[in-house]
Amino acid sequence: MYKLRDKYAIAGIGNTEYSKFSGRTVRSLATEACLKAIEDAGLTVGDIDGIVSFNFNDSAPAIGVATEMGIVNAGYAVDYAAGGNGANLITLAATAAIEAGLAKNVVCFRAMNGRSGFRLGGGRDMSAYGVTQYTAPLGWITYPQAMAMWARRHMIDYGTTEEHWAEIATTFRANALLNERAMQRTPMTKDDYFNSRMIVDPFRMYDICLESDGACAVVITSAEHARDLRQKPVYIMGGAYGGGPSQGDDLFDAIRWPSHSHNCFKYLADDLWGSAGIGPKDVDVAEIYDCFTYSVLMALEGLGFCKEGEGGPFVMGGRIARDGELPVNTHGGLLSEAYIHGFNHVIEAVEQLRGTAGERQIDGAEIALTTAGAMTCGSAMILRN
Amino acid sequence: MSDTAYAKPLPVPDPESTPFWDGMREGRLMLQRCASTGEHLFPPVTFCPGSLERPEWVEVSGKGKVFSWIVVRHPVPRDIYADEVPYIVALVTLDEGCRMTGNILGVAPEDMRADMPVQIVFNRATAEITLPAFRPVEG
Repeated sequence: MYKLRDKYAIAGIGNTEYSKFSGRTVRSLATEACLKAIEDAGLTVGDIDGIVSFNFNDSAPAIGVATEMGIVNAGYAVDYAAGGNGANLITLAATAAIEAGLAKNVVCFRAMNGRSGFRLGGGRDMSAYGVTQYTAPLGWITYPQAMAMWARRHMIDYGTTEEHWAEIATTFRANALLNERAMQRTPMTKDDYFNSRMIVDPFRMYDICLESDGACAVVITSAEHARDLRQKPVYIMGGAYGGGPSQGDDLFDAIRWPSHSHNCFKYLADDLWGSAGIGPKDVDVAEIYDCFTYSVLMALEGLGFCKEGEGGPFVMGGRIARDGELPVNTHGGLLSEAYIHGFNHVIEAVEQLRGTAGERQIDGAEIALTTAGAMTCGSAMILRN
Repeated sequence: MSDTAYAKPLPVPDPESTPFWDGMREGRLMLQRCASTGEHLFPPVTFCPGSLERPEWVEVSGKGKVFSWIVVRHPVPRDIYADEVPYIVALVTLDEGCRMTGNILGVAPEDMRADMPVQIVFNRATAEITLPAFRPVEG
């Protein structure tokens, strides 16, 4: 279990514009977001001695970004091979590195030309190696196709319906309308949802997240140091990374996963809440990894906001709307703000806890949940102001 | 159509999977079974996770039930799958206990049902590669 409760803080945040075509290199996006985060914290590049990222071979290496920024002492420069599961792992890893004395001020980033460059939603190599030999030759290739298989089983087991997913999609879109960063700023009705075209049954287009070019970065430092810096510190109360048995050979592979009606969050919930010393009822705002509408249900259920199978009814009636009992994805999420692989959720949580989220601000937000990942492995954090 | 014109992804058999693909080509569903745990294993591995022993290859019935399925309607990549959609991919729980993957043939998407009984079909792709598929059977 994570043992560094409140010892480390997010001291700075930065992001680029989110777009369909950046017209820039991924490294340039990463560097811009990192420089903004360092500036936001009131630090200079000379203060940074660690840089951490995660990628699917679709990013810029940490050392490349450190080089462009002119970091003289990039002591802890590390790239994690990870997908959406990595977005909270790298921040936790940064605190571990500082605790171990490997660095003092670490910038963490995720950068991608996710629409104009390498598209995670696109195809794969036509030669199917490894576990992919049992999937891609069947025409089972993309992540929407992977997650639709999970979603169908939840429908079978618990009677979950597209009405539940429509509620999630329209709620997040309503939040995005208040967000100047959001790529989707036109209203979405439930009719719009149901009229969107079927991509991979049971998923419609509006069950599936955006593809985006952009970058996000945060600066992690000790709580003590953060208190002396420019911004109100956002403390890392707790965190967890992991999954259950049979996480598979890659993020796509859930052939041996015990039950497709729950994901990694069922397995890391106890460590997450235990590390922070709080429970689901204490959360004021939840920024949940929403690569698909369905993945929100699995996070809510797995983390104990409701019982397994009850996520559908739980989200209905405005409970996860910004004026509801548990505001979820106040920025619009991956579905309506942008797909920066879950790192944009961390940025939003920090803004909510600083009280600087503008029109999106949830009054009195003191504790935020961020999650990352949606399948057999993932990560999560509890943040507080 | 000649094999060289086959445009869809093809498996690249490796030392662990070659007995499976050899079996498929010969019209036999070959899976691994651990003599120690009694469990059947898919995808193939070198060590059984339950016993860390080396599993043996056995021929199995090819009978099972649909665990979950998807209906692909939007083709990706478009140039390869435009003429194939809609098609069905399923996870099937075999009678032997493990899950495996396959296309579902001979049934319309709207007629798919959870836990539908199915039987293996050997779906030839090229001279070398036969892909696993399933068709509905009477329960």
